[in-house]
Amino acid sequence: MIQVGNIDLDLFAKKIRYYTLKQFTLMGFGHYGGSLSIVETLAVLYGKHLNASPEIRDDLNRDYFVLSKGHAGPALYATLYLKGYFTEEWLGTLNKNGTKLPSHPDRNLIPGVDMTTGSLGQGISAATGIALGNKIAKRENYTFCIVGDGELNEGQAWEAIQMASHNKLDKLIIFVDDNKMQLDGPTLEINNPLDFVKKFQAFGYFSKRIDGSSVTEISEAVVWAKANHDKPTAIILDTIKGQGIPIIEEMGNNHHIRPDKATNNEIIKVMNILGKEIEVNG
Amino acid sequence: MTYFPKKEVIEMRSVYANTLIELAENDEKVIALEADLSSAITTDKIKNQLKNQYVNLGIMEAEMIGTAAGLSVTGFKPFVHTFANFASRRVYDQVFVSLAYAQLNAVILGSDAGVTAEHNGGTHMPFEDLALMRIIPNNKVYEASDSTLLRYLLHKGYKDDGLTYIRTIRKNAIKLYKEEETFETGSKLLREGNDVAILASGIMVSDALEAAEELSKEGIETMVIDMYQIKPIDQKAILKAAQTGAIVTAENHNVIGGLGSAVAEVLAEEAPTHHYRVGVREKFGQVGTMDWLKEDYLITVNEIVTQAKKLLLKKNK
Repeated sequence: MIQVGNIDLDLFAKKIRYYTLKQFTLMGFGHYGGSLSIVETLAVLYGKHLNASPEIRDDLNRDYFVLSKGHAGPALYATLYLKGYFTEEWLGTLNKNGTKLPSHPDRNLIPGVDMTTGSLGQGISAATGIALGNKIAKRENYTFCIVGDGELNEGQAWEAIQMASHNKLDKLIIFVDDNKMQLDGPTLEINNPLDFVKKFQAFGYFSKRIDGSSVTEISEAVVWAKANHDKPTAIILDTIKGQGIPIIEEMGNNHHIRPDKATNNEIIKVMNILGKEIEVNG
Repeated sequence: MTYFPKKEVIEMRSVYANTLIELAENDEKVIALEADLSSAITTDKIKNQLKNQYVNLGIMEAEMIGTAAGLSVTGFKPFVHTFANFASRRVYDQVFVSLAYAQLNAVILGSDAGVTAEHNGGTHMPFEDLALMRIIPNNKVYEASDSTLLRYLLHKGYKDDGLTYIRTIRKNAIKLYKEEETFETGSKLLREGNDVAILASGIMVSDALEAAEELSKEGIETMVIDMYQIKPIDQKAILKAAQTGAIVTAENHNVIGGLGSAVAEVLAEEAPTHHYRVGVREKFGQVGTMDWLKEDYLITVNEIVTQAKKLLLKKNK
């Protein structure tokens, strides 16, 4: 097993990207686009800021993470594997019959998953409940949540956003993966989400937009969020669906794909480059 | 055993509030969640006592279920209340996925069951909540007929892991049980009888007892059982009732999916028996007084008596 080093976040992101692709390649299909766009954020959280590891799984004082955009599960699974929650063999079972790694995270099957998600809009609600519970219990831990830009079509998400603001859940840090695409096409064309930063600010949040492919910017944003008080924080991640893999980035629709042989060969080429970088540097 | 002959009326909602106080005082993990119907169920009167063990989310039922899920993740035991129509059909996917599928702990109280919603009418009158809840795997589903039973069910829901759904009358119910009554098997035999059995839940239990009195005047000896546990259903009680050869189920709910269906499923598999489901058939809710609504939906003492007699004719053919 590859351990997280001390701590090259760019390298950790490469590892997460490699093992995310490996799961899809072994299965032959999956939610490539939205998994790849959150890789850098997962690297920053699990590589540096999130107080969670297999050793403290049952400690209620650990930090919590909810992947509200549950279809990006494979990126989380790659991260949890790299953190030592389970062995590499598990990754080869993604979506296979009887697997413990289904498309969408299941808290009862997968060590390290705090909340079962996949029905969009519900994970962010659960995250507000987790942050509220920790606040009532006077714990000092953080709750992190990644929500999709398309997912924010869901009315329930805005109920959650308002509730967290009203209850001053300042240890709740929400990331919006603004990759600008949803299943049926560009978010601008399907249902214009308007300005996320302004919307969150109007809801009483600290909010700003950053480069969601920059581990440095993401890490600095987490430090900024933790320094904020009395309000929750929403960090809008400027990302690209399929981030880091040009052939996938360039596809018109990469939400859920089953690459043909030629595409798959291109993906494997990128994986081989990533694999070498991981071996050399990791 | 039963208080029924006294026809004493008891308010159910104060029992919910008082039981929450009992539970919350003994366990700081108990949290009451409301979605702007706190004054309707009287938990507004106890919120100062509950302090941070009470959260009113505002009119956000979906978020209330998500919050309950998150609270359960962090070790709390949420008690969620809203009207039964909102607690079931409005938040069905949230209850199904975020609570049940995620195997988290919560007690949901759905108030204003069926015609007891009276003048809130069709939008607020749930005849399908038991059906929706009953098909969620591994949960427990109850209908409280009186205050002693409601208190027991809330305590049981507190002790049990997983998802508990309790359907209740919010305002007045006819008192059926003494305060010291105990419940063990998932149903309560209220009257013995060998000719016909009435299996009822909620407001229909007192009607069933009245119907049994009517039938006894004609020499028909009637068994009456309060089937308060809709799921898992008390199979033994149903098989005992089946020995009469004629079963009427009576519910303030659609005949599809609720008590009548649950009983029919057991009878079909284990002991085919003449059975009639008194309940709501292919109708939505509407405004009205409870007596008028019961007549309109044919969920009355008279209907139970009529159908019991028809079953006796079938049985004796």
